[in-house]
Parts: sequence; C-alpha cells; structure tokens
Amino acid sequence: MTKRLLLALLAAASAVAPALHAAPLPAGQQAVHVLNRLAFGPRPGDVERVQRMGVQRYIDEQLHPETIPMPAELGARLDALETVKRSAGTALGDYIELRKEVRNEEEGAKQRRRIEQGRATREEAEARLVRAVESPRQLEEVMVDFWYNHFNVFAGKGVDRALVASYERDAIRPHVLGSFRELLGATAKHPAMLFYLDNVVSSTPRPNAKGRAQGLNENYARELMELHTLGVDGGYSQRDVTELARMLTGWTYDQRRLVRQDETFRFDAGRHDKGTKTWLGHEIAPSGQAEGEYALDVLAMHPATARHLSFQLAQYFVSDAPPPALVERMAQAWLASQGDIRTVLKTMFSSAEFMDDAALGAKFKTPYQFVVSAARASSAPLANVGPLVNTMSQLGMPLYGCQTPDGYKNTQEAWLNPDALTRRIAFATSLAQGRLPLATKPVLAPPPPAPMMQNLAGSDASPAMFMPPPPSPPPPPVPVDPARLQATLAGALSPATLDTVARHPDNLHAAMLLGSPDFMQH
Amino acid sequence: MKRRDFLNTLALGAGIVLPLGSHAWAATGTGESPTRKKLVVVMLRGAVDGLNVVAPVGDENYLRLRPGIGLASPGMENGALDLDGYFGLHPALASLQPLWQQKKLAFVHASGSPDGTRSHFDAQDYMESATPGRKSTPDGWMNRLVATLPGTTTPSRLLGIGPVMPRILAGQAAAVNLPNVASATRADILDRPAIGAAFDQLYANHPRFGRAYDDGRKAHREVMMAAAETPQMQAADRGAPLPNGFPDDAARLATLMRNDPKIQMAFVALGGWDTHVGQGAGTGQLANRLAPLGQGLAVLAERLGTLFDDTVIVVMSEFGRTARENGTGGTDHGHGNAMWVLGGKVNGGRVYGDWQGLEDAALNEGRDLPVTTDFRSVLAQLAERHLLLSDRQLGQVFPAMPQKGPSFKVV
Repeated sequence: MTKRLLLALLAAASAVAPALHAAPLPAGQQAVHVLNRLAFGPRPGDVERVQRMGVQRYIDEQLHPETIPMPAELGARLDALETVKRSAGTALGDYIELRKEVRNEEEGAKQRRRIEQGRATREEAEARLVRAVESPRQLEEVMVDFWYNHFNVFAGKGVDRALVASYERDAIRPHVLGSFRELLGATAKHPAMLFYLDNVVSSTPRPNAKGRAQGLNENYARELMELHTLGVDGGYSQRDVTELARMLTGWTYDQRRLVRQDETFRFDAGRHDKGTKTWLGHEIAPSGQAEGEYALDVLAMHPATARHLSFQLAQYFVSDAPPPALVERMAQAWLASQGDIRTVLKTMFSSAEFMDDAALGAKFKTPYQFVVSAARASSAPLANVGPLVNTMSQLGMPLYGCQTPDGYKNTQEAWLNPDALTRRIAFATSLAQGRLPLATKPVLAPPPPAPMMQNLAGSDASPAMFMPPPPSPPPPPVPVDPARLQATLAGALSPATLDTVARHPDNLHAAMLLGSPDFMQH
Repeated sequence: MKRRDFLNTLALGAGIVLPLGSHAWAATGTGESPTRKKLVVVMLRGAVDGLNVVAPVGDENYLRLRPGIGLASPGMENGALDLDGYFGLHPALASLQPLWQQKKLAFVHASGSPDGTRSHFDAQDYMESATPGRKSTPDGWMNRLVATLPGTTTPSRLLGIGPVMPRILAGQAAAVNLPNVASATRADILDRPAIGAAFDQLYANHPRFGRAYDDGRKAHREVMMAAAETPQMQAADRGAPLPNGFPDDAARLATLMRNDPKIQMAFVALGGWDTHVGQGAGTGQLANRLAPLGQGLAVLAERLGTLFDDTVIVVMSEFGRTARENGTGGTDHGHGNAMWVLGGKVNGGRVYGDWQGLEDAALNEGRDLPVTTDFRSVLAQLAERHLLLSDRQLGQVFPAMPQKGPSFKVV
C-alpha cells in the first residue's frame, strides 16, 4: 500500500517534471521521435536514414508524399486486391446480389456470401495494413488512420460493409493532407456516411411517401457539428441541430442509380425542406442543395472547428493533454490557411512543444499503432495480415469496427488497462518467436459462423474472415533476430530495459523488446 | 439514533480501530465478508428507447406519438407484456417476466441525468463519472465506490466486461476490464514460467506501467481460478449452450462470482441501441437487441443462485429517446429514460418514479421525457441500503448531488 502510493507519487512527479523543465530533444532522439509520430515507428535502418537525411528534410518529405516513390512491389501487391479496387456501385451491386441469392435460398448461397464477403473484408484489411507497415509515405498512412477515425463509418452497419473500401479510397485518402473543406464535403456526400448516419432517408415530412424517408432524421446533422466540426462545446443548441438537419434534407443517394451508374450522391429536391431556417443565429433563405454546401463552408472555417480539430491533431501527435498555446497557434494557422491540413501539421511539427523532451514517448500506443509498429520493427513477412487484425479485435480496436461515430480514442486512459497490457505482451511474444502465421497466405474459406465481436447482437461486422493456415505441415517458426531488432529500436529503449533483457537468455530477447514498457509508448 | 447516523458512527469507529481498512469488516461484528454484497451495472451505450422497454401502453397519447413503432396493447399479437395495467414490458423481454412476477425486478421511469446534453459521449461520460456537467472529474463512480468500501481490494474485485476500459472503472482502485469472460479464463503465454518471470522483471516497479502489469497478472490468475466449474454446477446449468455475447458472458460472470467471493462488482457495456431508423415495434431491430439482453439478465439471476439475494443488478443508458417517432421509423436523442433494477432483495414488481404522462405539455422541450428522478439518487440509494455506505462515503462516491433522495425505496 505504502509502496504503491510512493510509486504513484513518483509517477505523478515524473509526469510533471518535464513540463517544468522543458527542453528541446537532443538531435539523436529527434529521428526516433519523428519516426514514432509521423510514421508507425522505425523499420530496420530507418533511424540511421533519417539522421543522415536530416529530421527537417524527413518532415518536409513526409508532408509531400507525392514526392516519395512507391516501391513497385508494394504497388503490385495493392493492385492485386481486386475487391478493394471496385467502385462503390460495383461493390454494392455485388453485395446486394449475394444478399438476394441468400434470400431466395439459392443452393450454396450462404456459403458463397461468406466466402465473397470474407474475401472483401480480408482484402480491405490487407490494403490498409500492408500500406501502414510498408509504405514509405508513412505520414499519409498515419493521417488515413487519423481521418478515417475522425469521420468514422462502422463497416458492420448494413450496406456499409460494401462501401467502406470506396469511402476510404475516394473520400478520405485524397484529402488527408489537403483542404479540410474538401475532406468534409467528400465524407458528407459519400454513400457510406449518408447511410451510416441516416441522412440517406432524411426528408421534409411526407407522411404518405413510400419507404422510410417520410420525415426528418437529425442523426447526421448532430454528429456533423458535435464530432466532425465544431465540437460538443462549440456553441450550438438542439434547435441548431434540427435546423441543420432541415438544411440537409435531400442529401442522399439512390441505390439503383448508385449500382447502375455509380452515382454516389444525389440531391433529391422532392425531399428537401423548402422553408426558411434559422441556424447558428442566421436566417437561411431557401436555396436547395446550396444550403448544405453553405453549412459545410461555415462549419469548416468556424473558429470552434479550428480549435476542436487542432486539439484533436495535437492530442494525436503530441500528448494526451496538449499544450493550450500550441493548440491556439494551430487554430490560428487553420483560420489563416482556410483549413489547409498540411499547413496546420507543419505548424505543429515545427513547434517547440512537438520537439520537446516531454513529448518523447509521451503517447501510449493505440492497439493499431502497437500492432503496426511491431510488424514494422520486426520486419516480419506479411503475406497474411490476419493475426494483426485478430489482435486488434482482441484489444478492443477492430479495424473498421468502431460502432459509434466518435471513432476510437487515442489516449492512455482509453487503452491502458491491465488485461489488455498482458495481451499486448502475448502478441509481442508470439510475433518475436515467429509463431504467428504471418508468412502463410490465408486460404479462401468461409469464416466460422460465431461472430468475433461480442456485444454486437445482430451486427454482421464479423471481421473473423481470417482462417488459420492449412492444417498440413505448419512452417517452422522463424524467430525475429534480436540483435537487429535492438538496433532498430535503439534510442527508444531505456538502459533499465536493455539491462534486464541482457540478463535473460537470447531466445527471449526479441519478445522482451517488443513486449517491453518502452515499446508500449511512442 | 437514526440508522444512517448509526452507520456513520460505525464507519468512523472502524476507521479508528483499523486505519488501513483491510479488515474493517471485523468491526461490524457479524463476521461477514466485506465483499458479500454484489453490484452489477449494465450500461446500454447508444441510448436505448426506454419508452418501448417500459412502454406506457395505457396512455392515450402513446400510440398517437408512435403510430408506427408503438407496442400493441397486452394480449394483442406481439403486444406488450402487462406490468401494472398502465405500463407494459417489451415482448422481447419475456424472459424477465418471471422476475417481475417474483417482485425481483423494478423500474424507475423518467429517470436520468439532470444535464440536458443530447450528445451520447458527454452523457455517457456524465453517467460514468456521476458528475453531470463536469468533464474534469478524473475517475468513475464504480471505482470510487470500491475504493470507499471496507475490505482488501484485489484486482478482480471490480471487473469490467466490454471491448475497452470504461470510464466508470477509471481511478485509484485496481480494476480490470476483459473483452469477454471466456477469453479471460484461458491460459496465456505469460503462464509459461520462463516467459512470465522475464516480463515480471521487465515491469517490476515500472513507474508508468508496473501497476497495470501487476494487476493484469493477478487478475488473470484470479479469474482462471474462479472460472473452474464443479460437476454439480455443470449439472445445474444443464449444459445448455448459450448464444455468444451477453448471455454467455452473463453465465460465466455468475460462475466467477459464485466461485470467488472477492469478486464484488462488475460492469458490462453493451452497444447498438441508437435506433434512428426502422427500430420496429414488437419485433424488429430493437426487439432483436433486447432479447439477448433479457436472456442474459435472466441467466445471470438464475445462475447466481442464492447469491442473487445479495446482488443488485442495475441497467442504465445515457439518455432516452424522443417521445414521437421520427420521420424514418426510429427515434432521435431524448432525455429521460427508465432504469432497471434486479435482485433478490429488490422491492420489485413496480414501476417507480414521478411519471407525468405523455401529453405535449408534459414533455421536456416538447420532445422527450423530463428527468424527474436523478439517476444518482437511485444509485446512491442502492449504495446506502444495499452496500451500507455511510453519508460520508456517499458524498465521496456521488459528490455534489442533490440532498433530496427519491420518495420510494427500490431496495
């Protein structure tokens, strides 16, 4: 009891101390720091490479991913993922066709659907994770994680199963370092978001209309302000939610036209509420689709949005409780640059607060960051991303599986818990010992019928599309080379950890490094 | 001397005699274990539609407000199950009807948070910190509760079940969250002696992660031990397989609680209640989610056996939903909701609360149920009457709550 209290006090003291004695990071640690934050941690040779080219040049390069060549091998691998390349309409058409066959109880339809949807889910995960692990354009992948999460769509909700691949590729990815207004507009008009937050069926009251769209649904309008832009304390009322929902009536898509001609967005004037609205203190004259466009303009440039998003970026990249002065400077950069994401990031990366001693290792990795950084550091072959996907699910962060629109948190408070910590260590140990079937390409087979995700009754989100390798001769485990791993992580390992590891047998070294306290943080 | 004052004196006395509180229960003189009284909290994240869980089917306005999604009257096809002639239970919760009839299930209607937010995330936060309107509260009320109770706190005394560590468990006292009970009862790689010992050294006294690591190892051992089913238990369970998700977790939780008396409190989070579109009436989307919830609660009550007499189960949700169905066959974010309270010693078979009807003038902001009972006053009553907290302790667990308690006694 006394000892625990003492430790707690020490921990509290050490958490405060760096802030009191703010000091810039020594040059040697800057390379590790930027690789931990602008990338998903170092791969072998990365720290030396960044030191050679200079930290500033590395940051500039990462802010301009188009200048970094993509390795041909990675390009070819991504190109082979056919289901991920489908247009939104084609993917939805395939999905509906399979659903119809199952409904009509056609021979083997259920099995076919499991195989086909299993394949699509597996390829989506592969596309995301192979890029996160192997792309040299690391900041782009970090921002895909950030923005997908910010504009989260849950793949387990109905047709969103078929639409998330297009959503990430067409609405998120092109804008991750670009204009926030364009990003916001792309998400607002993508069928995945329209369906997820129900705007697809929102309408001016039409009690006799066919189908669901007989009246107003305020789901998207609320989350658009609360989560996507202003923030919950951004100064809007219930009335503003309802009025914004009215302004957005008619923003929808037509399933048939989406499937037949890939029309992903449609303004349906017949559903639009043609009355005058009063929103955020302004009278909005009726102007059809332009009302919604105007709302997005206002929201994207609102000072509350600039602060909310700057806080979120700083919390993701700097620390759980980011310095208010930094957030304020970022918000100013946001407003001055008309919401240019690259400019805001540049402001943050060049700040003293980002390159401060207190920021080094201050963030506790999310399960996604932990798993991806372990795959990078260990340089494990990645023919099968299934074990990574399953681990993220076990740790409470299933890929494309966040049910609620707020997305996953990225704070230590959200992710550090006793059971999860020991599960991370178990994953690290299996990975280090070469016991995860990462090198074996998965076989196409139906997933087990039991849903992986507990507590989601009725959801078809099951990411359990990854079969264990075929039962025939399992390949011999190839352990991770501990000396190489230690060199890769040099600079991020404490003397105490290195000392404890050295006192254990060689065959435990790699496991201890990947499962060490030092590797839990970044 | 009033009972409350008597308890205060007792708690103070115990505090003086045994400053560390580790065996404070001895001072009660009953020889009773300090962890004998159990509390299970089930949180329905996403705002369950309380007006279709405990539906005022006897109110003439009910079907006027909900022509498409309202439950049919008792006795009709897929109709509500009559509770008291006015309220009816959702038919998907038929598995709870026996508990109602045995008076071991009660509801508190039009209850909730005094804060008017209709943000899921703020409202859940407030319900878990029990400090509505205040975001800076660092811990959750279940953690404060376990910290204030006498007795030694082992890592599994306060268990969470759900995908992530919930806010309600955060705080100074040890608490462990498990993604599901089944996976926590299997041996893991750290159970291999050489590997376990290596990581024990790596994490020993680590200022940032040492305690979490230590709690994780201990809790794992405790849960593994407690998960073992005796043959008699298996016979009692009739080996009936349960669906994945809550029913399975509930059954396993009951086993853990029966086997390990140190496990005192559990929190379970269930998602998927945000029914904006096509929620259905007696059947459909909401019904499909309620059925396994009801089944799980019934299984938990049954498998706790005689321990159910020492247990209170609370089901709550961050806010209710609009009284009117919306334009898309669902309901939007509202305010007041119904809390559910189950337990062997619950004054059940009644719907409590200050119910004001569904007339337009009675609705909060013209759209949803007003909150006429602060959720904290119900929780505080359970903590006081079931867990025997003193006023001082109540003040620590539920700071700055209104002094006026509910006019009814749920336990």
